[in-house]
Amino acid sequence: MTPFLAQAQPWISFDVKGLAEQFWNNTVDGLALGGIYALVALGYTLVYGVLKLINFAHSEVFVVGAFATWLTFYGLGFRAGATPDLPIAEIILFLVVAALAAMAASGGTAVLLERVAYRPLRKRNAPRLVFLITAIGASFAIQQTLRLFFGLNQQPQIRLLQPEPLFRIFGAPVTNVHIILIVAAVLLWYVADYFVNRTRLGRGIRAVAQDPDTATLMGVNKERVIVITFLVGGLLAGAAALFYMMRIPQGAIYNGGFLLGIKAFTAAVLGGIGNLRGALLGGFLLGLVENYGQSLFGGEWKDIVAFVVLIVVLMFRPTGILGESLGKARV
Amino acid sequence: MTTQTVSAPARRRSIREQWNNLSRPVQWAFLLPVVVLIYFLPVLNPPLIATTGTDFPTAMFDVARYALVAIGLNVVVGQAGLLDLGYVGFFAVGAYVAALFTSPNSSLHHLPYLWTLPLAMVVTMIFGVILGTPTLRLRGDYLAIVTLGFGEIIRLVADNVGPLRGQSGFERVGTDANGTPFFANATQWYWLTITIIIVVLLLVGNLERSRVGRAWVSIREDEDVAEIMGVPVFKFKIWAFVIGAAIGGLSGALYAGKLGFVNNQSFDVITSMLFLAAVVLGGAGNKVGVLLGAVVVAYLPLRFVQLADYNYLIFGIALIILMIFRPQGLLGARQRLLARGRQAYQRLLGRGEQISGESALAADTQGGPR
Amino acid sequence: MTHSHEDTPVEGGLVAEVARMSPEELAEHEAEVAEVVAVDRDIQVEVGETLLELRDVTLKFGGLTALDSVSFGIRRGEILGLIGPNGAGKTTCFNAMTGVYRPTSGQVLLEDAPLGKATRHQITQRGIARTFQNIRLFGEMTALENVVVGTDARHKTSVLGALLRLPRHHHEEKAAVDRAMALLEFVGIADRAADKAKNLPYGYQRRLEIARAMATEPKLLCLDEPAAGFNPAEKDDLMDLIRKIRDDGFTVLLIEHDMRLVMGVTDRIVVLEFGKKIADGLPAEIRENPAVIAAYLGVPDDDAA
Repeated sequence: MTPFLAQAQPWISFDVKGLAEQFWNNTVDGLALGGIYALVALGYTLVYGVLKLINFAHSEVFVVGAFATWLTFYGLGFRAGATPDLPIAEIILFLVVAALAAMAASGGTAVLLERVAYRPLRKRNAPRLVFLITAIGASFAIQQTLRLFFGLNQQPQIRLLQPEPLFRIFGAPVTNVHIILIVAAVLLWYVADYFVNRTRLGRGIRAVAQDPDTATLMGVNKERVIVITFLVGGLLAGAAALFYMMRIPQGAIYNGGFLLGIKAFTAAVLGGIGNLRGALLGGFLLGLVENYGQSLFGGEWKDIVAFVVLIVVLMFRPTGILGESLGKARV
Repeated sequence: MTTQTVSAPARRRSIREQWNNLSRPVQWAFLLPVVVLIYFLPVLNPPLIATTGTDFPTAMFDVARYALVAIGLNVVVGQAGLLDLGYVGFFAVGAYVAALFTSPNSSLHHLPYLWTLPLAMVVTMIFGVILGTPTLRLRGDYLAIVTLGFGEIIRLVADNVGPLRGQSGFERVGTDANGTPFFANATQWYWLTITIIIVVLLLVGNLERSRVGRAWVSIREDEDVAEIMGVPVFKFKIWAFVIGAAIGGLSGALYAGKLGFVNNQSFDVITSMLFLAAVVLGGAGNKVGVLLGAVVVAYLPLRFVQLADYNYLIFGIALIILMIFRPQGLLGARQRLLARGRQAYQRLLGRGEQISGESALAADTQGGPR
Repeated sequence: MTHSHEDTPVEGGLVAEVARMSPEELAEHEAEVAEVVAVDRDIQVEVGETLLELRDVTLKFGGLTALDSVSFGIRRGEILGLIGPNGAGKTTCFNAMTGVYRPTSGQVLLEDAPLGKATRHQITQRGIARTFQNIRLFGEMTALENVVVGTDARHKTSVLGALLRLPRHHHEEKAAVDRAMALLEFVGIADRAADKAKNLPYGYQRRLEIARAMATEPKLLCLDEPAAGFNPAEKDDLMDLIRKIRDDGFTVLLIEHDMRLVMGVTDRIVVLEFGKKIADGLPAEIRENPAVIAAYLGVPDDDAA
């Protein structure tokens, strides 16, 4: 038995020194990553808040956006390899085009998903397990369609924007990509928050989240609210896909949604499922924790961090840090 | 109260009812030739169902091991109604146990292969307790996601923990100390698995027709009421998990022995989904149904190799359509929850019971998201 | 039961056989059924003594006081009615007594032992059983199976025992089915024993719930608005059933809105209003009690009943 245990030693490190050294690097990077998680988490949290349903196929909604981004880059003439040196205005224009394409693709997929897969079940009052199975089936179907079109491997990596350090915090470089990701994530979150809390449509969403029957009696079109909820979640996921591709250009692969989807869901649960602020908080937190964990335990354990966080949160504080709020009056 | 005249209405009894009204020995008489046929399939190798591209006995073995997994997962998902998306984890644990104790690549003491079967079950049961205890208080979707997480954790552990040899894996699993494989050919593996399936079916059937099976179905129906009616809900949830885990581990150990090779590539999320698809397709809550589901999921891709590329796509679409139009699966749940139920109904009413094909997946008026 | 279990099944089974019995045979049969149904466990308290007691039970939900220092007792062998206008706290009180809610202060004692932190299934095993206002049967199970689940509360067969079909399993299964069949006959729904619970007519479902609760061999049987949705004839039948249950040795707590039923079947009544107990006594006394009348009807009028 002893030789076996001796082999066991180097699996997992506990590198506090490395953690300290890399702290600011990890923090900046974690926030950028966290922004992506937050945007996808918003999709999970909105759908859960309104329908009490975990949209398992949301990860595929996201990955469709990633492919749309890649296709747009390719269509605009960019190729793998060196990033061309273009004026910043042009780059921003192209990014916006890509963002719109990704958002359209993801939003469209989300709405299609709702129409084809979930709505018939809602009409039949299906129990929860059925929704889950359908989501799994939809996930499969979308993944496999992408695989048939694009193949097994990741698409060649195309970068529009070469990450360049703009300034440093305690020695850690903060690149243009970092800035764009963090700022854009917060901005988009704010737009979503504003939409849900200050517009008429948003009120409808909150009403249905709280009490669908009464909302219908009060004249809220429940079906429309549901479609809009999915659409908004999809749009945000599309934006997240663009940012993801900027940060991880090899991200356009048919099964690239799964892991990110679980992590984004973890972020949503961590912050408080059904809570928009929670999605943002959870996203950033998870990004940070994941990076710290990577330094502390070794890179190969990075993905496990998210799962462990998920399990711990669900066991000890299933309502998350901020608790659910979509269905509750805003204090 | 006024008694009503009980007259058996002169209606056409469904096949299911007629079957249920037969006595046990007669049912066995019908089943025996079927069982014999199943055993002889790989030997007969009828052309109509032959699988091109895959050795037929191997294909049969694959179907059989899926069937065993389906029975185990059915206990968890179909009977007790616990959504488990990480079942492949138990399968993996069983396979690794077999590998660790029979492969020359492993530094553990070598055991005869057959011993690894019960050992795999014990180890997986322990994992089942470890996984279940913190998580079985969660409901519905949350439980599903958490079990998915655990399945992934097991996969990642297999990837990263040195002694488990990641991608290089373990070779010559299932061989004895001299390197001779346990069985010479796939057909024998198939026979072993079929025999195990039959034993497991009998044992699981015993559980169904006892307070255990009733507890599970009551938990599935309405967990809160079950507890208020005196069912120790948590205890029986863990048992469902543990028994399901043991069966999954057993199948994993058989798979490892037959294949002779175990590494981290065969235990991914997609496999978990396929296991679930087999159960759901065939009919969650129905032992026979899930066998059918396993046949569909494992056999059809091997038979219709031309479609191999479109496998998962077809499954995905099939699941969506199935959930809309026939969520109870091909056969629908089937409950015999009393040890001598048939006799009881005979005694009381002069006829056997009516059964309709509903399951945990059938529509109800109160369930589901809004 | 005198009917041997090895008899060849009669056409139409036992139910049909009973339908053909003469009045004397029927009476004898029903006595046998009642005996099987009766509770078979040790109850410390004598008939007439306090079985369950609420002592100064207060229950608060955040800022809302649902129950305010409520005290009363239920005596073994009686039928106690718990009434009060809507919002009085009857259901809350009921839930506190059956362990669904834990009192903020005060105690609920069963046979002088506090319920304390007992979980819901422990409470059932200690001997308090209940039915539900909105019927909550196990829809996919047959009527017989539903009742057998109730008997399972008292079973000791282990998982291993069930797996290997050990003697205790056989013994308990047989006793369970016998008792369940007797219970179905007792409440009068034996003719639909093989039907799935969700397919039963409403009246049968209500009575099945009662049978299932009785199957747990409770020291105290709590019925939560068992007459909801019944027409007057059905309510009369229900009153007969409740009396029959009491006569068989059960103690019954009844929440009901229908005054005629409550007055007609209970031995004693407790009245709640706004979470407080405002009256406690015989039905005749309660009917005349001015506080009770005020609670239900407001200020008494010349034409108040």
